[in-house]
Formats: sequence, structure tokens, C-alpha cells
Amino acid sequence: MTASALDRPSPPGFFERVRIRAERTFLYIGGLTDLALQTLQAIRHGALERPLLIQQFEQIGVRSLSIVIITSAFIGMVLALQTAYALEDFGGKLFVGVIVSLSLVRELAPVLMSLMVGGRVGAGMTAELGTMKVTEQIDALRALATNPVRKLVVPRVVATTLMFPLLTVIAICLGIIGGLIIAVANLNLSANYYLRSVIETVKYNDLASGIGKTFFFGFAIALVACFNGLRTSGGADGVGRATTTTVVTGAITVLIMDFFLTKLFLMIL
Amino acid sequence: MTDNVIIDRRASERASTDRRRTPREPFVEFQELFKAYGSKQVLRGASLKVYRGEVLVILGGSGTGKSVTLRHMLGLEVPDSGRVIVEEEDITDLPEEELYRVRKKFGMLFQSGALFDSMTVFENIAFPLREHTEMSDDEITRAVREKLELVNLPNSEHLMPVDLSGGMRKRVGLARSIVLDPKVILYDEPTTGLDPITAQTINELIVDLQAKLNVTSVVVTHDIHSAFSVGDRIAFLHQGVFEWIGSMDEARDSDHPRLRDFLKASAVVAAQPTKET
Repeated sequence: MTASALDRPSPPGFFERVRIRAERTFLYIGGLTDLALQTLQAIRHGALERPLLIQQFEQIGVRSLSIVIITSAFIGMVLALQTAYALEDFGGKLFVGVIVSLSLVRELAPVLMSLMVGGRVGAGMTAELGTMKVTEQIDALRALATNPVRKLVVPRVVATTLMFPLLTVIAICLGIIGGLIIAVANLNLSANYYLRSVIETVKYNDLASGIGKTFFFGFAIALVACFNGLRTSGGADGVGRATTTTVVTGAITVLIMDFFLTKLFLMIL
Repeated sequence: MTDNVIIDRRASERASTDRRRTPREPFVEFQELFKAYGSKQVLRGASLKVYRGEVLVILGGSGTGKSVTLRHMLGLEVPDSGRVIVEEEDITDLPEEELYRVRKKFGMLFQSGALFDSMTVFENIAFPLREHTEMSDDEITRAVREKLELVNLPNSEHLMPVDLSGGMRKRVGLARSIVLDPKVILYDEPTTGLDPITAQTINELIVDLQAKLNVTSVVVTHDIHSAFSVGDRIAFLHQGVFEWIGSMDEARDSDHPRLRDFLKASAVVAAQPTKET
């Protein structure tokens, strides 16, 4: 063995790797919590700047409309087809409106909309803030005595939190219309029957549970995206890694939160 | 003096005569700063005084922590130990909100200019005014135009940062950093990445602004020509410590081995053997 090979530090062992990974995870969660508190504190102190907020409403809401419309309409259509196919032997055709509307309102529209729009919006936010970080624009903001949380994070988090429920309402409507198209065109149901079964099925608590969850999804996705952007380092490669992390973390966060929020809403509604 | 001596003598003489008269009152002071990033120890007890009205050049090789020292002056970084004093106020442990008050005393030109990509040149320079003053739109327009003329970039308000060359970006960055009339201007590698003619233009601009605005300046660079063109004093940073601090004339005649090697490598002093220490 050569001298240089002997000098080389040995790679960390299994337990050391676990310790390092655990430390990083706790630091990440700590940083995220700290940013959430700073954001809520800034909102409480009236740090909302209307022009920045409107700009984000457009970026997050208006520009996500096409993806929401296409996704939800096709999900509604597929759901109607699958339901009719699966329940055909039991005369399930008649329940298409019930199943499509309930699935969409309680679960599919909120979660799939959050995953789709969250991916688009979150990746965009991380890439934008990450690029600002690696090109020293965030430092420039701080050097100009301006709080980056107030200027960059607050408008994005507030806009996403408010836009997600609105986009979910649109997703639900479009999904139901998608189901209606299949019900009428393929399953020979009358539009009147389908819509009446939808209206009779969907209750206030279903809407509250489905739409209510998306406030939390929007807040979490925007927060994760901003946090990953603000801690980006390592140039273009770092921006790429941070963006990927946001998409993955955002999706996992939505799915985990969905379980707990569903349980919570089932208890309180 | 041999042919390879490239000192801007005129700048040096002007500096000696005009600026030596400034009172020796420190504006910024570092007391034994230590700073590590992970396992990398960057500052190892760095102490420094920046006097009011002078142009101090922080000189050192790449990766020695020069820019880190500037970031400590603004409170963008917190030292692991040691104190940072600005105008007799210890800012080391100030919370971020308190630091905003301190940062308004400084203007900083970042290495890349750090212009906000989504804003025009006008909006970039107007940004600090809109954030921190109650100026009307007309007053802001006048102030922005005035600063753009000061950095020799008139009629460029409508351009986006992406349309600017490296030198123009730095000049717009400089205009933005001086728009609130700071007491200190910090320059992070102002000539890095620029061609020699543009670099000289930036050097002249620094000297010009120093004369017109009567500020204190700190220039971080490894460009020796730039250092001798603009500076009154040099602080030589090596392995996290300011190993040598003195005037430009003293730097030229210094027998500090590493500083001498550094200057010799840049052909500032005649190629001659380093004195044995």
C-alpha cells in the first residue's frame, strides 16, 4: 500500500453515515420551521405588498389554469369510464355520477391538482430563488437592508395558499364535466340524471374536507420551494438539485399531509 | 524602476498627498475574527481597522476569504468568534432587523453586479429608494439619472440586466449601491472578469467616486494593478489572518516574504530575490 493511500481518510462507517443523514434531516426541518415562523410573523406584521402578491396570483393561479383544466377533465372522464367498467355487472353505470363526484371532491381533485400544480409552481419558485441565491441577488437584497422573506417568500406563500383552493374548485368542476361527457356520450345516461346524482351526493363536509386540505398543501409546497431556493449553493448544478428536491419533497409532503388531514377532517366534520 | 513595474505612480502620489490628511478614526473594526464553513477554517483571528475617508484594499490570493471579510462588515455573515465594530457600535450579535439600520451606511458592489434579473436598470437603481425613502416618482427618476451619469451610463434606464456587458453590469451595480448615499462603499472584486480597458475604467470610476462622494471605500481584489490604482492602504490576507497592513509605498518596499512574492508575481516590484527572514 502506498503512503498516499495510507494518508487518505477512511470513508465514514454505517452509523456515522446514519448520524450525518439524521443531522441533515433535523437541520432541514429546523430551517423549514424557522422560515415558516418568519413568514407567519411577517404576515402578522402586515408585510404583504399588493403588487408582488398580484404578480404571484397571476404566476401561480392564472398560468396554472391550462394544466388544471386538462388534468382534471381527463381524470373525470377516465374515472367515469373505469367506474362504469368495474361496476357494469352490478348495474354500476347508474352510480357514475356519485362515484366520480365524491372521488373528485374528497380526494382526486385536491391531491392531483396539488401534485401537478405544486410540481410546476414549486420547481419554478426554487429555480427562481435558487438562481437569485447563486448570483448573489439574495445577498444584494439583504445588503440593501431589505428582508428577503418579506420581499420574496411572503407573496409566494400567501398566493399559493390562496390559489390552491380556487384551482381545486375549478378542478372539481372540470372533473365532473369530464365525467358528464362520458356519462352522456358513452354510457347513455341523461345529463340531468348525472348532475342530479352529483348534487345529491356531494355534501358540505365533503367540499370542506377536499378544499380545506389544499390551503395546507399550498402553504407547505410554497414553503418547501422557497426554503430550497434560499439555501441553494453550487451554481447551476445546485439550482438543478434544489429544484429536483423541491418536486420530490413537495409531492411526498402532499401525500403524507393528505393522510393526516383526511383523518383530521373526518374527525371534526 | 524596471520595465515590468506597472505601478500607477500618479494614482499613488495623489493618494499620498490627498488622503493622508484624513483623521485616523476607524469606521469599521474587526477584532480577532474566526469563521469556518464546515471543516474549512477561513478566518483565523483576522483583525483590521478601516479608517474614515480612506480607500483600503484587501489583497490576497483566491479563496483566502477576502470576500468573507466584506460580508462580515455588512453583517451578512456572523463570525464564530471575535467582534465586528461599525462606528463604535458592536454589530456582531445584532438581530437581522437591527442590522438593516447598519447596512444603510454601506453600499456594496458585488462581484457579479448582483442586479435583479426581473427589473430594468432603472428599477434596479430605484429599488433602494422605493424601499427606504418617501421620494416621489419624479425625485426617484432624477436621482436614478444622476447616479447613472455618475457611473458614465446615461440613457440606459430601460435596459434589462441581460442586455448589459460585464462592465456595464458592474457600473449599474455601483450606481445602485451609491443611490442611498452610503458612508462606506464595499467593492468585491470590481475588476475581475473584465478586459484591461474596462477594468481601468472601473478603477478610474472608483477613484472618481471617492473624490466626488467623500466616502470610505474597501476594495477586495487580487488585481494588483487595480489595488495600486485606487488604494491608500493595503491589508494583505493570508491563511485567514491580515499578515501585513500598510500604505502603498510601504507595500512596495516591504520585505514581508509572502506579500513580496505576491507583488512580484504580479510584476509590481522588480524581480529580485526575496529577503531572507
